[in-house]
Amino acid sequence: MAVQTTSDIIQKEYQTLNLGPTHPATHGIFQNVLKMDGEIIVSAEPTIGYIHRAFEKLAERRPYGQITPITDRLNYCSSPINNMGWHMTVEKLAGIKLPKRVEYLRVIVMELARIADHIICNSVIGVDSGAMTGFLYVFQYREHIYEIYEELCGARLTTNIGRIGGMERDFSQTAWLKIEKLLEELPKGLKEFENLLVRNRIFMDRTIKCGPISAERALAYSFTGPNLRAAGVDYDVRVMNPYSSYEEFDFIIPIGTNGDTYDRFMVREQEMWESMSIIKQAMQKLDKLEDKTSIHADVPEFYLPPKDEVYNNMEALIYHFKIVMGETEVPKGEVYHCVEGGNGELGYYLMSDGGRTPYRLHMRRPCFIYYQAYPEMIKGAMLSDAILTMSSMNVIAGELDA
Amino acid sequence: MFQTIEIADFENLLKEKFSDKILSAETHYDVSVATIEHHSIKDVIVFLKEQGFTFLTSCHGMHFPDAKEKFGMVYHLHDMPRNLRIRLKTFTNHEPPTFPSLTDIFPSANWMEREAYDFFGFKFTGHPDLRRILNMDSLEGWPMRKEFPLEDQARFDKDDKMFGR
Repeated sequence: MAVQTTSDIIQKEYQTLNLGPTHPATHGIFQNVLKMDGEIIVSAEPTIGYIHRAFEKLAERRPYGQITPITDRLNYCSSPINNMGWHMTVEKLAGIKLPKRVEYLRVIVMELARIADHIICNSVIGVDSGAMTGFLYVFQYREHIYEIYEELCGARLTTNIGRIGGMERDFSQTAWLKIEKLLEELPKGLKEFENLLVRNRIFMDRTIKCGPISAERALAYSFTGPNLRAAGVDYDVRVMNPYSSYEEFDFIIPIGTNGDTYDRFMVREQEMWESMSIIKQAMQKLDKLEDKTSIHADVPEFYLPPKDEVYNNMEALIYHFKIVMGETEVPKGEVYHCVEGGNGELGYYLMSDGGRTPYRLHMRRPCFIYYQAYPEMIKGAMLSDAILTMSSMNVIAGELDA
Repeated sequence: MFQTIEIADFENLLKEKFSDKILSAETHYDVSVATIEHHSIKDVIVFLKEQGFTFLTSCHGMHFPDAKEKFGMVYHLHDMPRNLRIRLKTFTNHEPPTFPSLTDIFPSANWMEREAYDFFGFKFTGHPDLRRILNMDSLEGWPMRKEFPLEDQARFDKDDKMFGR
């Protein structure tokens, strides 16, 4: 009789583990059904759509100005960028040319949003790898940025900032003071945060080679934004297809080499410094401009007039009525416009048949496109690496599920 | 503003190989757009990928209930080194609308096509895993088709004559 070895008796079995659905306050609602061999992930099956809100369908029933609040709720960590992207898409369709001053103001708002977005992502990478302290250090600056939003538009998270054809109001004196204060304080805080993590042996061991993706695979999966740059491809919409006068600014595109969690962290970290430099440059450019007051282009049929004019001026009242009721003439045509959002190329494909609402609006949401590479990135990794990889990819549920 | 391939060059490039399959080519704002005959869309995309358009920016469905050909797919392609963007369109009237899947040449097309299936009911031949992605599995109908009502389907007391589409 043959001798039975242990491998004959013990049959190998994989274990199924439900990672999530997690609480919305953590990263948003995600679920991954993992097939585990001990602590090693064999395969993953993401389930998405828990907060699907049918934005594309809703947009087919709303006048152009009313679609801005929808875009807030895409990537809610950097809603001003989404708002501006939408305004620019309509402006491109209607052929509206903005004054330089408005473009610089928009650049300031967009870069503030980028800093807020990257602060959240990077500090949460710290939290997920066990370093809570850094999160507490830098989160106050996100709060300062939200206070600036509040000063500019009255809202904090879902900003609805700007209007088609310009900004809804000029930056107040307090807003400028707050921006200056942020530019003064943020470098110190960020430096402290970097001292804590960047050359930290534990953090480096934890994040280097965690969830890597090669440049070739990243391009095949249509990665954009910091995740693609971490893999070593210097694609940035701000440089490749400049909008809102970005071609006048002097900044570098930070890139990584391995496309792992550490590189993604470092790319975002460096981008925050670049964003601060862009804001400073924009403020200098604003100082040099002769135009100190204009906040919108001269397009009364698109730009909502100020309320006191509506009450006292016949023409403003007519245009106000026409815009709110969606009676303005929008040209027929189709247009695609994209901006560099917090986590990649945020594109709007807008098709207009001349009616009061878009005929079709497709939003190219970077998260949705790159999250499908997640199973490939965590295959063969540990369970704890899977969580870190997700937080470093900056997957935002609002943008993922539309 | 985007940079795009000159419309004449684009037409020549495509007509050389796919003479009668190119239904039209025109410039929309800053992008060259070509409408391709339904059956050869994949061949054209494979050809363009060899020509350098290796990045699939996005692809999504369209529905035109009143047009001759009701269902369309739009593909946005990008040639990153030369920084050129183009757009391809294809239409069909077949029910269910069927398009070739691009998952074997662009892995990123997987979820985009699942989204088009989810919202328009398009079938993609060769897709490895064609299921609903954002909506629940029990949903009946295709939400982004124009006949699908936005309001609660059980209500008949509202009509959209004044404000709806």
